[in-house]
Amino acid sequence: LGFSQFPWLPPHRHLLWDKSNVFKDKRFGEYDTKISPEEKMMKRFAMERQQNYGKKSIYNLNEDEELTHYGQSLADIEKLNDIVDSDSDDTEEKGILSAELTAAHFGGGGGLLRRKAPMGQQDEEEEKPKSRKELIEELITKSKQEKRERQMQRENAMELTEKLDSEWKDIQALLAHKTPKSERTGKEETPKPDEYDKMVRELGFEMKAQPSDRMKTEEEFAKEEQERLQKLEADRLRRMHGIDEQEKKKPKHMSADDLADGFILDKDDRCLLSYKDGKMNVGNEERVEENQEEDGENGGNEREEESEPGSEDAEEATAEEIDAIDSHSDLESDTGSDEEASENEEEKKKHKRNKKKLQEEVEQNAKIEAARSELPYTFAAPESYEKLKSLLSGRTMEQQLVVLERIQKCNHPSLEVGNKAKLEKLFGFLLEYIGELATVEPPEVKTIDKLVLPLYHLCQMFPDAASNSVKLVFQDAAHDMEEMIEVKGRAAFPVLDMLIYLKITKILFPASDYWHPVVTPALVYMSQLLTKCPIATLQDVVKGLFVCCLFLDYVSLSQRFAPELINFLLGILHIATPKKGVLGYTLVHPFRPLGKNSEQLLVQDKEDMETWQKQNLPLHIMTRLTESSKMEMNHIKLSCIALCFDLIKRCAALYGLLPSFHEIMQPIRGVLTEHLPVSRYPKHLQELHQNVMKELENKEKHYYPLVCEKKKPVPLKLYTPKIVKVLEFGRKQGANKEEQERQRLIHKHKREFKGAVREIRKDNQFLARMQLSETMDRDADRKRRVKQLFNSLATQEGEWKAMKRKKFKR
Amino acid sequence: MALPGESAAEAAAVLASSLESVLGSRANANRAFEILERLQAEDEEVILCAVRTCSRLFGALLERGELFVGQLPDEEASLQEGYSAEDKYKVWMRHRYNSCINCLVELMSHESFQVQELVLSTLMKFVDLEAKHPLMKAEWKGKICFPRELLKLVVASLIPVEADSSLLISQFQQYLEYDDVRFFAMKAVADNIGHVMQRMKEAPPPVYQQNVFSLISSISVPSRESEIANFLVKQAGNYEEWKVSKLKEHRLAFERMWLGFLKHKLPSSLYRKVLVILHDSILPHMNEPTLLIDFLTAAYDIGGAISLLALNGLFILIHQHNLEYPDFYKKLYSLIDPSIFHVKYRARFFSLADLFLSSSHLPAYLVAAFIKRLSRLALTAPPQALLMVIPFLCNLLRRHPACKVLVHRPSGPADLLEDPYVMDAEEPSESRALESSLWELQTLQNHYYPDVAKAAAAINQSLSLLEDDITELLDLSASELFDKELKKKTPTVPLEFEQVRGLFGQKNDIFAEHFLLE
Repeated sequence: LGFSQFPWLPPHRHLLWDKSNVFKDKRFGEYDTKISPEEKMMKRFAMERQQNYGKKSIYNLNEDEELTHYGQSLADIEKLNDIVDSDSDDTEEKGILSAELTAAHFGGGGGLLRRKAPMGQQDEEEEKPKSRKELIEELITKSKQEKRERQMQRENAMELTEKLDSEWKDIQALLAHKTPKSERTGKEETPKPDEYDKMVRELGFEMKAQPSDRMKTEEEFAKEEQERLQKLEADRLRRMHGIDEQEKKKPKHMSADDLADGFILDKDDRCLLSYKDGKMNVGNEERVEENQEEDGENGGNEREEESEPGSEDAEEATAEEIDAIDSHSDLESDTGSDEEASENEEEKKKHKRNKKKLQEEVEQNAKIEAARSELPYTFAAPESYEKLKSLLSGRTMEQQLVVLERIQKCNHPSLEVGNKAKLEKLFGFLLEYIGELATVEPPEVKTIDKLVLPLYHLCQMFPDAASNSVKLVFQDAAHDMEEMIEVKGRAAFPVLDMLIYLKITKILFPASDYWHPVVTPALVYMSQLLTKCPIATLQDVVKGLFVCCLFLDYVSLSQRFAPELINFLLGILHIATPKKGVLGYTLVHPFRPLGKNSEQLLVQDKEDMETWQKQNLPLHIMTRLTESSKMEMNHIKLSCIALCFDLIKRCAALYGLLPSFHEIMQPIRGVLTEHLPVSRYPKHLQELHQNVMKELENKEKHYYPLVCEKKKPVPLKLYTPKIVKVLEFGRKQGANKEEQERQRLIHKHKREFKGAVREIRKDNQFLARMQLSETMDRDADRKRRVKQLFNSLATQEGEWKAMKRKKFKR
Repeated sequence: MALPGESAAEAAAVLASSLESVLGSRANANRAFEILERLQAEDEEVILCAVRTCSRLFGALLERGELFVGQLPDEEASLQEGYSAEDKYKVWMRHRYNSCINCLVELMSHESFQVQELVLSTLMKFVDLEAKHPLMKAEWKGKICFPRELLKLVVASLIPVEADSSLLISQFQQYLEYDDVRFFAMKAVADNIGHVMQRMKEAPPPVYQQNVFSLISSISVPSRESEIANFLVKQAGNYEEWKVSKLKEHRLAFERMWLGFLKHKLPSSLYRKVLVILHDSILPHMNEPTLLIDFLTAAYDIGGAISLLALNGLFILIHQHNLEYPDFYKKLYSLIDPSIFHVKYRARFFSLADLFLSSSHLPAYLVAAFIKRLSRLALTAPPQALLMVIPFLCNLLRRHPACKVLVHRPSGPADLLEDPYVMDAEEPSESRALESSLWELQTLQNHYYPDVAKAAAAINQSLSLLEDDITELLDLSASELFDKELKKKTPTVPLEFEQVRGLFGQKNDIFAEHFLLE
């Protein structure tokens, strides 16, 4: 640290430091508490000025402070300048000063001699420092010499090039048989490409194609699919919790327009067109994509395309393929169900099942193949429901599927503008057709099962139209029910078609969303079914249980609580118990404690109990109860009870974490333990009962007192000023950034230009001054010499006159 | 003579000729029998024709004053005693008139509604004419005579013991606009009830009670005395003195009629109907509403929907007539069972409960017990009821800050093994509700219907100061809820991404385990 940094310290402060190595701050007023810090600073500053004043001589005006320009010392600026300007002067020969001299001088004039001195010392060490005049003369001669040399060089170069040119012309004449350059380029492309070149080029092009697409292994495909599913799952969870419902970045699924481009996003691609195969093969995205491309290219050429995928299918159904797909489907199911720990046995079972399934698929493919060959290849999209019906009725299931598939292909949205609307209508018609299939006697459930696939794909293509059609179906059904309640005072369970629609809704739309335009109305509708439709027959019991299954299915992922479901299951248990005495529970609406239907599910016959086997309930009993014998009825009743047990078990598993779980399940537990005639039930049913009880009992009871979330303190309102960027005051603000930047640059340029002009003027003045002093010197010299001459002449004259006088005297 | 084989046209001809001859000359008076005989004919057409003829015949006779006025002597006696020929004729004719009325009253229970209707209008025409030309001698000058006996017969035939007569009663309603007819009809009903009940010995047939109810529920007493000016009777007389023009008399008659009706045991459907209209069309028209206390308390003790309905009347009595009802809140507490979320009168109950629980002087334990019970039962409620009851509970919490421990208990025990609330306790004070928390609402935050979940989540934050308005939510129906859902618009429809494999082909499909695709 230099002294100057602590000027307020008295000089020689090192002398004032104590010998005992104690640091004492001797600055003015440091330990004086009476003086405020501001005052202290002021005093110190004054003292500093005083010291400086006294030290320097009064005549030295300039040494006082350094002059600055924009915070930089002027000397520094000048030093920088002379580097910049050093070589710009040699062309304009102005004045007598050489480039080097001027360069030296463009800095402060004072520095010249100081700097020149060491140079001179270097050049001629032993000599005394040259006089100023000599120095300048030397410089002049030097610069002149340099200039001459440079000119010489240039001339030489010119001469050489001219010579070269002339020589080239001579040689060119020798090469005259060759075509001029401009023509040559045109001709050079025409000659036949070399085989080798061709190969090289081909190879080059091939390098550009992405090999990675083709080299993907099955594992990679599986991984990709898994990632895709994970992403979709995350998406689903987000919607389930109802988070940022507003923020919907992009449509989750591709619209028809996207399809038309044949453009598929990296992550989001799915087997949109896999309906081509009639049967699903998940994970074979590659082929689907290819197909799609083909579709875009030669969409009109149906015949070719028709035969291709089918034959491919047949070929590809080899054992390897089966294994590959098999393992894949395993993977998929694993990712989906986390809670299902991968137990080996189960997996093995699954393997077997899958294999069997695939065998069936192969057979099915063969059937489809047969169906394909029999049918015409093009179908117009049906304009009305009747037309669709006439197209489909009377054909086998496989044929119907093929017809639908071909309708979709012939009217793919990419082919014609109006096709989108046609296919959107097709969804509605198909839905209606399914409804009709469900109402005929007996219901063609198997066909519906297959028709769900084209329905799903149409839905994926046109989500909006599909949701509207489904909503319309619900609306009609709900209004019908409303009317029936008004007229009759009570509603009846709907026929099978509505139940199928509800199931289809679950398949087409994600039921776990916090709110969904189709699923939420469907839930409300089901809630009405469970609370308003009294049970009059065994069919009603089956339908009610079907709706319960649906309800549970809808909420199974989101784990949402449905009071109606629990109420209904309690009611079902109630009608399975013999009536006597007080109930330990209260029933709600559709069920009554007493009445003609209050023992609907009660089974008394011992023999029937023993012969009962757990059976799956066929859907057709909902339209017509064919089993007329008492035994069969009793068996159905027992199956219903078994189903009810299973549903309760599932509910218990689902709602086990709810804080009021025990209160919710308490009535059901009461019926199960006290009222139900379990001991008379068949063994299998008793086991089920035990399982349910176990599931109900092993839930822990935990009640944590509720605590409100802490309220955030409301912040005070802050009136923050609005900040506008002002780049230069007094300047017009440019409209945009570019304009501002341009203005700024113009301004800067002006300023720099002015500065430069000032500098140049200063230099010129200095040069003029120098020149003047030089001429003055020269003049004085001449005067002195003239005077000398005059003097000598005068003395000569005097001498001569004295001689003459002497002679004269003599 | 009315022959069994006589056709309608022939009968009409006979009737027309006999009518003409009877009215034409007194010598042919005996032909009146021909008319009366046909009133008992088999053929509906003949009856209708005969009734019309009777109406014309006696209408004309009444107007002419050819019927005997005053206490009617016996038919035989009149022939022997020294009456003039004129009087004899009049007495005889009056007897025919009476027998005609008897026939007509019998016809009121004829199976054909057309006949009933015609008979009713004929009888009322006679009432009208008798009111103008009274058949009774005025006891003093200016006394207004109303044909009470005739009206009594009409009313009695209107409320038969066996058959439903609601259609006829609706026809009768046009006459009830006359203040005097209404007044005497009320008296007649009261008398009739007394007679019938006495005869039936405490087992009134429900049809009869139904008939009575449909008749008397259509009777409403004017609210001011000045409104009583519409009389059927058009006689010279002092109307101000007549007791029919006194509002108090009307009210008394009204009260007697209703009390007489309500004294007896009613079938539950009728009970409900009575209770539904009790508070706004019976109680305000009574002289002494407190007389209904017995009825209301009995109804309140019945339980279920009837109790809910009795609440309204009871409230009016408590509120306006200083009724003290011991254990009112205990009773109200016991009324809350799962069915209240499903019954038709839900809106009514909750608007009343809102009223009852609005007092800030209620003890905290009581309100807490109500809150806890309602929320416990909300676990079984349908969404439309939940949308109403959750804001209702929040309002209660706001009104009674002492109950906020139910949703905010920062210094409570960390983990309980049981909900301290005792659902089965009959006394709200023994329910230990204040030691509990509203875990039920926390559960409902997982409800499948998004609006319910949102409403239940309100307890997570400290409640705002303003109460929610629940009046619009009170009678929200499921179909309204459904329509509201359908009307919501969305830009995009999320789709299921899981590949479909068939109707029951989803992962872990419950259906595949229990149903067959057949």
